[in-house]
Amino acid sequence: MSALRRLGPSLFAPLLAVVVAVAISSAVMAVLQVNPLRVFEVMVDFGQTPSQQVTALVVILNRAIPLFLAGLAVAVAFRMNLFNIGVEGQYRLATIMAAAAGAAVSLPAPLHVVLIVAVGMLVGAFWAGIVAVLKVTRGVSEVISSIMLNFVALGLASFFLTGPFLGTKAGTQIVSTKVIPESGWVPSLNGLLGALGLANPPRQLYGFLVIAVVVGVVVGVLLNRTRFGFDLRASGLSPSAASASGVDARGMVIKTMLLSGGIAGLIGLPDLLGSTHAYTTNFTAGLGFLGIAVSLLGRNRPGGIALAALLFAFLDRALVPLQIADFPASVVTIIQGTIVLAVVVANEVARRVARRAAERGSAEPTVVGGDGGTGPVLAPPSGTAGSTDVRQGVQA
Amino acid sequence: MSTAVTTRDTASAGRPGGLLGGSRARRLWLMIAGAMVLLSVVRVISGENDLTSSSIMAAALLLAVPIGMAALGGLFAERAGVVNIGLEGMMILGTWGAGFAGYQWGWGAALLGGLLFGALGGLLHAVATVTFGVDHVVSGVAINILAGGLARFLSELLYANNSSGGGVTQSPALTSKPPTVSLPVLSSGPDLLGHVERLHWFLISDVAGVLRGVTHEIGVLTLVAVLLIPASYLLLWRTAFGLRLRSCGENPAAADSLGVPVYRLKYIAVLISGALAGMGGVFLVFIAGIYRENQTGGRGFIGLAALIFGNWRPGGLAAGAALFGFSDALQLRSRGAVVALLLLLAILLAGVAVWQAVRRRLVQAVIAGVVAVVALIGFLTIHVLPPGIVSFTPHLVTLLVLSLATQRLRPPRADGLVYRRGEH
Repeated sequence: MSALRRLGPSLFAPLLAVVVAVAISSAVMAVLQVNPLRVFEVMVDFGQTPSQQVTALVVILNRAIPLFLAGLAVAVAFRMNLFNIGVEGQYRLATIMAAAAGAAVSLPAPLHVVLIVAVGMLVGAFWAGIVAVLKVTRGVSEVISSIMLNFVALGLASFFLTGPFLGTKAGTQIVSTKVIPESGWVPSLNGLLGALGLANPPRQLYGFLVIAVVVGVVVGVLLNRTRFGFDLRASGLSPSAASASGVDARGMVIKTMLLSGGIAGLIGLPDLLGSTHAYTTNFTAGLGFLGIAVSLLGRNRPGGIALAALLFAFLDRALVPLQIADFPASVVTIIQGTIVLAVVVANEVARRVARRAAERGSAEPTVVGGDGGTGPVLAPPSGTAGSTDVRQGVQA
Repeated sequence: MSTAVTTRDTASAGRPGGLLGGSRARRLWLMIAGAMVLLSVVRVISGENDLTSSSIMAAALLLAVPIGMAALGGLFAERAGVVNIGLEGMMILGTWGAGFAGYQWGWGAALLGGLLFGALGGLLHAVATVTFGVDHVVSGVAINILAGGLARFLSELLYANNSSGGGVTQSPALTSKPPTVSLPVLSSGPDLLGHVERLHWFLISDVAGVLRGVTHEIGVLTLVAVLLIPASYLLLWRTAFGLRLRSCGENPAAADSLGVPVYRLKYIAVLISGALAGMGGVFLVFIAGIYRENQTGGRGFIGLAALIFGNWRPGGLAAGAALFGFSDALQLRSRGAVVALLLLLAILLAGVAVWQAVRRRLVQAVIAGVVAVVALIGFLTIHVLPPGIVSFTPHLVTLLVLSLATQRLRPPRADGLVYRRGEH
């Protein structure tokens, strides 16, 4: 019962938010004389044959992998109250650098992939590191600097693509970097689908799925089971209390942004190593901004982010079928935007409800969100003392 | 209470700076004069006459106005204690509203449409942040995502099969443009300023170029926009309404206890904020004569940076908007002149290096000196920068200026804090 109480608000709020968002977007569609029922019908229609259905699943999973990584990158910073809005620039720059590095060398298969991944992570971390250094040395808000660096990164990427890293002949429609040799590709997981008894689809399921899951687990452990993760979360809940207990606030900002940027450097790699094998002018864009939405929807926890990424990927899959059925495909963006807004409102409402309950003394104090509220300070159970201690520090 | 707030504000703003003493007005004039001399020097050395030409200055004004309007929108919201990252989204809504109303009913309707759509974005932000107490940055980011999607969605619905033209990413062209005025004799007819400008004399021609740029064929609405800056100052710092609004951004609990309707004022402030950001979008539509997707190009964010650079004050944000408008104009009109900016950077950083060395901060001095030398080498070796690099000039300038300027700033005290009545 107590487990249900604890999970209740955290599951209930996003579900309610999705329902509200679907209702609002249906209303918007209805007002603009688009039949919402037909739109949702197209969205859930995965096709007739088993092969089509598995293809749809593969498309969703392939889209969910980069979304998951993007959400994770944003969430790591979010947990410490840092807004890394620069994920977009970080992953675009990292991907083109990784593509160029991968095409420039030839190594045995596993090493080649390792090198590409390392280049991506380093470039992403470097680009996020600029934001961190500006914040701790010059006091520049990370929101502004990371947005500005997005534009710089996109400009640099387009410069590199048309200049030093140009791999296609002049006059071709789509400009691209040189193609990475096959030793640098990540093999697909279609064999696994066969082993599960599913039809073998024409699409390749990205092997990067495995890496993404590993990254998700590592981040989860790092945040919840290590000293670093504790310091990070404590700094996010109350910087003053954290630094009073000996956490180096500046160091934490830099470490967290480097970690966030490093994960951001991975976002473009599933597509790069799984299907395109080169960075092109029409390489997947916008994942950084969607990552913010995914992270908020997933409440900044790896498990939640995975679910949110799957939901967004499911919505994104509908883009092409909607266009074929002659519906405005941007309803997908509207639904996504409404979900985000609804989820943050729902989180806030759920938190307030939980706090009221805590104030009446009917629920555990740990449900209370760490916002330094003035609820009665209850003696914290020793195991989960972190957030409550920090709040007492603020009030003291 | 009123005296307490105003004295502290004037005291902090009028505190003599380390470098330039004297009253605020004198300091301002000194800075403007210094900037003019510096620009002239750079122009003469680099031979890039575009740097202070009246056409660049006119473009700079044109581009500074949208940034300035966004920044002014941010000023209202943040002075009332609501951080508004959603300015970009409200600006996007403004451009769409202006395009939609403008192609049907002309420029006056475009202005109204932009204001209205921007205010709708503001309303959404106010509901989320004030009523529901959502984190301000989170709500702003969500609005930015939503606004882009909504603009696309509406365009797909209304423009895709429109007989007046337009398409999925753009509206039909506006049916009319706002009228323009010029300063008689000096900038039109005999055009004395234009004459002086073409002589390319040191300093004199530069001043003439700047003056002609801001007085030749100026849109009537641009004038209105420029006048909104002092008007906002008067409204926020010289009226009871302004004092109450600012008290919500400094100490909402105290304001509440004195009977100030905090929630209502925050709503009003964020609505004004959205309308002003939308108006910024309207100007972008006027420049192009059409609504296009991604027309804002991050100018809402640059407006926010201008606000921070300007220390949350109307005069300061206008200076920031002018600076970013200028670098935007250079980027759009003259790729060669952007290289000349490197020389400007080198001179400025050399100055910083000397200044830090005098104050015995050797590490900072060395860093500034090294970057100055790199910029100088860049200026001497690069002829024309590739378009990819030039495209982010205004953003890089924003970043550089912010990192040089942010440490002495004072945001409103309760800026970005969620205020719940009775919980503080």
